[in-house]
Amino acid sequence: MSDHPKLAEKFASNTNRMKWHDKALWFVRQKRDIQAQSLPEWEALRDKADAIKTHTLANLDHYLSAFETNARKRDIEVHWARDAQEHNKIVLDILRRNGATKLVKSKSMLTEECHLNPFLEENGIDVVDTDLGERIVQLRHEPPSHIVLPAIHLKKEDVGTTFEKFLHTQKGNSDPTYLTHEARKHLREKFLGADAALTGVNFAISETGGIVVCTNEGNADLGASLPKLHIASMGIEKIIPRLKDLSVFTRLLARSATGQPITTYTSHYHSPQHEGEMHIIIVDNGRSQILGNKKYVKSLQCIRCGACLNTCPIYRRSGGYSYGYTIPGPIGSTLGASKAIQKNASLPFACSLCASCSNICPVKVDLHEQLYLHRQDVVDAGLLDKTKHRALKMATWVMKHPMIMDSGGKIARKLVPILPRNLLYSKFNVWGKNRELPPFPKQSFKELYKERKK
Amino acid sequence: MKIGLFIPCFMNELYPEASMDTLKILESFGLDVDYPLEQTCCGQPMANTGCAHESAQLAKRFVEIFKHYDYIVAPSGSCVSMVRHHYAQFVSEMEGFEHVQKNTYELIEFIHDIIKPDHLNVSFPYKVGIHNSCHGHRELGLASMSECHAPAFSKIKDILDLVSDISFSTLERNDECCGFGGTFAVSEEAMSVAMGRARLEDHIKAGSEYITGVDMSCLMHMQGLIDRDKLPIKTIYIAQILAKGLA
Ligand code: SF4
Repeated sequence: MSDHPKLAEKFASNTNRMKWHDKALWFVRQKRDIQAQSLPEWEALRDKADAIKTHTLANLDHYLSAFETNARKRDIEVHWARDAQEHNKIVLDILRRNGATKLVKSKSMLTEECHLNPFLEENGIDVVDTDLGERIVQLRHEPPSHIVLPAIHLKKEDVGTTFEKFLHTQKGNSDPTYLTHEARKHLREKFLGADAALTGVNFAISETGGIVVCTNEGNADLGASLPKLHIASMGIEKIIPRLKDLSVFTRLLARSATGQPITTYTSHYHSPQHEGEMHIIIVDNGRSQILGNKKYVKSLQCIRCGACLNTCPIYRRSGGYSYGYTIPGPIGSTLGASKAIQKNASLPFACSLCASCSNICPVKVDLHEQLYLHRQDVVDAGLLDKTKHRALKMATWVMKHPMIMDSGGKIARKLVPILPRNLLYSKFNVWGKNRELPPFPKQSFKELYKERKK
Repeated sequence: MKIGLFIPCFMNELYPEASMDTLKILESFGLDVDYPLEQTCCGQPMANTGCAHESAQLAKRFVEIFKHYDYIVAPSGSCVSMVRHHYAQFVSEMEGFEHVQKNTYELIEFIHDIIKPDHLNVSFPYKVGIHNSCHGHRELGLASMSECHAPAFSKIKDILDLVSDISFSTLERNDECCGFGGTFAVSEEAMSVAMGRARLEDHIKAGSEYITGVDMSCLMHMQGLIDRDKLPIKTIYIAQILAKGLA
């Protein structure tokens, strides 16, 4: 069961780190603003991306099966996985069939979602995440805390000590250039020794049967070109219809994600290497269930840019782990709630409904509206805290009876000012833990209004 | 033109003066303003906590009470947003709903869009920081948003510009949430407080003497922190600036 408020409080209790985390992400958000504002057609691009995605999701069967046909024509093997277990098993089977034991991975939130790494490790496969941030958290046995910046919760000193322990770097040296250099040396070795590579998929093009992967480090390319075996894992929603649609998304993606005009590498994979194999695994894992739900279907439009996390004032102050779900922030809260409301009931409430996420989203996912609706599902499922639910039912009853509300208010205005402070600010008064209550006035507006009218 | 004044439940109980100033301003434009006495709450706290059943009952009451007015004006961006964006789910079939939805305005929005005054006889010689409260800002569109690519504007600033001797502070983060968020303020207390403190730091750094805005609830939250932390800044509801000098 998720418990965002508690984990958020824990993260925020280290005020300096919380502020630093907030600032680091706000910096990315500002870079994004500059990029977005430099394009006069920004809002038109968002509309276009929204339209393409809406259309694609409405015709997903068609585009997926065309993709499969076209990929097969290019000697790519296509597999379908209903859930995480099937996906993981397919990966393992492909590796075993090829006698591969060393796998280099480039960043993929889908494989995080499927818990692929522990599964493969249990089965004797050596898995190395090759995105620098991803490698750092992998060494620490942590999941990514952000979908684009997996190690954003760590300071350079934390990275220094992690590398000291695992890569035997110089003691106390946390110079970023030095550390990056050491990581590169370490990763090169892994690339050269790998038997197989696994990448995520940013976009799968139905018309051509190929896939596109965007990275800044070129690690997907090294992985996919050194070993002869390339496996790509994608969610069913990664499809776009035509090659010419791609530019709409690549223009939006990097700008939204990191404030770059484009990612350093936008690599197209359209066939296996010479004498090699290429496999694409198309994964459902709960997505078709969302596809069938009008309220939440738009969450499948997400291109995983992370902008909604960076703009979210709660994510910035509570850190990725407070959500207890693979994908944190606004998009993770809605996906998590769609997938398993029971387990993720606190996530739709980890939000002040400020709506910044919906306005920043490059593909116009109606994030805050979805979180608002998920709250109703939480109540319908009987998962709202009983005391809170009772209080609101009671308040509603009072609000239906103005006379009772008036006399209640009157009593409160008389009583509260004479209550001793320790009674007024007891542990039941959560508001008053860090805030004063407003001073209670002598009369309500209604009383003043009635007097004035006489 | 008959105006129905909606005063949010908590403002009625806790902020009678800010509410009275709202009424006074509207009257100062020569408008016929009525405050229906049976009104209570728009249902927003229930809706934002997912209690659709309860919100529906209050939405129904609201439409019933206000459907006969030409305009409904409320000193609260978030309550107006509730009516405009969320009532449809609960009362779309009800007679009068569409009229109420279309004609319910936040106070400043109403003054800006409908009354369009070109001057106000009021002076406020202080440096003021505008708090762009989220629902007024992003859902009602009272000002351009930092996330979107659109020409800059602010209806709040337009109206405050009519006040003489006033000056404005420039914030680092112009439209970030203060962390009130209704029941969020309690259910996510730690986040709420951290967000509120961050807003206050921004305002103090920018030299705001007063923070003002169209949502008293946000100001209540920030004032609560100011009082506890003894910070050198004050909050003032926007109607209280505009009504200065009105009898
Ligand atoms: S929901 Fe939108 S903003 Fe958030 S990660 Fe997905 S595409 Fe980006």
